[in-house]
Amino acid sequence: MTFASILEWLIKGFVWVMILLGGFAYLTYYERRALARIQVRIGPNRAGPLGLLQPIADAIKLIFKEELMPARADKLLFFLAPIITLTPALVITAVVPFGPEGLNFPLFGRVITWQIADINVGILYIMSIASIAVYGIVLAGWSSNNKYAMLGGLRSTAQMISYELALGLSFVSVIVLADSTRMIDIVEAQKSMWFMVLQPVGMVIFLIATLAEVNRSPFDMPEAEQELAAGYHSEYGGMKFALLFMAEYDKMIAICIIAATIFFGGYREFWFLQNTWFSVDQTPILGPVYVFIKVFILLFGMIWVRATLPRIRYDRLMAFGWKILLPLSLALVFLTATGILLAQEVNPLFMWGIPVVSLAAGFIAILGMYQTLRRKEHARA
Amino acid sequence: MLLEYAAIAAFIFVTILVGFIAIILGMLFGPKKSTDVKAMPYESGMNPIGPGTRRMPVRFYLIAVLFILFDIETVFLLPWAIVFRKLGVFGLVEMAVFIAILLVGYIYAWKKGALEWD
Amino acid sequence: MTAEQILFLLTGALILGSALMVVATRKLLHAALWLVAALFGVAILYAILQASFLAVVQVVVYIGAIAILFIFAVMLTRREMRDQGQQTRTNWWIAALLGLLILAGLVFLILAVPGADRLPAALPEGLDTVRALGNALVSPEAYVLPFEVASVLLLAALVGAVYIASVGKKD
Repeated sequence: MTFASILEWLIKGFVWVMILLGGFAYLTYYERRALARIQVRIGPNRAGPLGLLQPIADAIKLIFKEELMPARADKLLFFLAPIITLTPALVITAVVPFGPEGLNFPLFGRVITWQIADINVGILYIMSIASIAVYGIVLAGWSSNNKYAMLGGLRSTAQMISYELALGLSFVSVIVLADSTRMIDIVEAQKSMWFMVLQPVGMVIFLIATLAEVNRSPFDMPEAEQELAAGYHSEYGGMKFALLFMAEYDKMIAICIIAATIFFGGYREFWFLQNTWFSVDQTPILGPVYVFIKVFILLFGMIWVRATLPRIRYDRLMAFGWKILLPLSLALVFLTATGILLAQEVNPLFMWGIPVVSLAAGFIAILGMYQTLRRKEHARA
Repeated sequence: MLLEYAAIAAFIFVTILVGFIAIILGMLFGPKKSTDVKAMPYESGMNPIGPGTRRMPVRFYLIAVLFILFDIETVFLLPWAIVFRKLGVFGLVEMAVFIAILLVGYIYAWKKGALEWD
Repeated sequence: MTAEQILFLLTGALILGSALMVVATRKLLHAALWLVAALFGVAILYAILQASFLAVVQVVVYIGAIAILFIFAVMLTRREMRDQGQQTRTNWWIAALLGLLILAGLVFLILAVPGADRLPAALPEGLDTVRALGNALVSPEAYVLPFEVASVLLLAALVGAVYIASVGKKD
């Protein structure tokens, strides 16, 4: 550990934070434009060409806003809550690899990797940071001394911890498939087949659970405008609000990066292109490009979901998390493990049993849910 | 290995620093003219009634307890997920027993209505 | 002193200071957050010892789950949780004396263990600690029985929690 390595970490961290900051700014623009298109509007198009300067205008506006401190608020926690919310949202991506080994380059006698930290429990690190992301929101809600904020914070906490179980279990099925907890190993294990194909239901569960984790619609109960004003950030304004907002959007980016890494092959190309020029083994520079494209598409998916689905009721939200996702994801872990063991001991073709059987399990879960809802509907009528 | 954690620590430091800088920027440039009315907790325009934070329902507490138990279960699954290829059928049966015992509790909680939200 | 020792001392100071703040602060929620800081310090200790898995589990289980339960418990109580009264009892010095005695006893015991003052051997290069832990935990020649018994313990806790919560709710 020398001065040079400390400098390297700080610079790398700073660059990545700046990229995430820019990503946040332009994700808001992307979302507003895409939502507007879906709703047959135009969206922001005045500031700069195509409205591209809109995020900058927003940032300048927020800097010059007055910040209020609600009466009898817990001043220290009110001040710290935005930072406590922002830090996990940024730090969670520290273990994600953005480029293959071939892209590492020497600089001033040091080898610069495309990853901030390569720890052997990478995916578990992501799990642990996801589990402390609750704090910022619950503290923001509590310290505001506001009924809406408090309710929003509480709802959000209960929702996040409920969906964290399904999230953790879908991580387990990825570990089972990859046979490692290190992120680079997980990406390299998808060289011949993305995990999205091998475990499609796991991927869907992951995406649903992360939507609930970041409180995006249709799970945006903590911020349900009609009932809770703005939820946990009702009392926040100016830059503190900007930080909370940034945390929310950077969480979106982060989960898309993580989903791309553990289910969509990370920096790797499509599995059927692995021996062509498009492979990162031959053209390493394509690695970060692939990550960017995958994240871009996944983000569009999230925006699309927001434009399409209405908010779901809170009791149904909890029931869905505890009664459908939890048992289903637990079953998937076992299906995956059984399939891998059969493939290993009997015949490699059993590998294809995993997606087939898990799709069947997912179908049964949906059917059960549908029947229950139908029964309740009848009971009410 | 330790160096990788140091890299994460440095990254955490940078993010906290950026957060503080942003808040300080807002403090420097924003106007500061707080009045009693402005500092009133927002309650859709009415004067706030009663204390801002109330005691919450015990249901949230039960959810947190259930969460801890299933979270620990997930944590137990993790080391197994890494070594089960070597253990073969034994590993599968062993974990099935582990989960089956917990499933009894899960079904009990379901039947008792602990998973209902009403 | 090596960098690791300095790191250890700093982390130890963080843990002890936070633990002290847990009992010294007057606001309950702040006490819960200081507890989180202390638990996080323990996670750092695990990371220094290269026990990555334990460090992560410390964060997931203790900070991500149990401390959340504490915060919920604090929120179950009233908002006016600022303790105005005296923070110590009149015979606090007896407790302090007892604590010191227990500490002295512990130090004595640890020093009596042969080899307690020696550093453990360094981990072999390239050892996959997570895999080693998994092997120790679930392979038949190691701790598989305690592992299975743990699920019974979890079951007991689960049934107990559900039962207690449903006692008041008669329908």
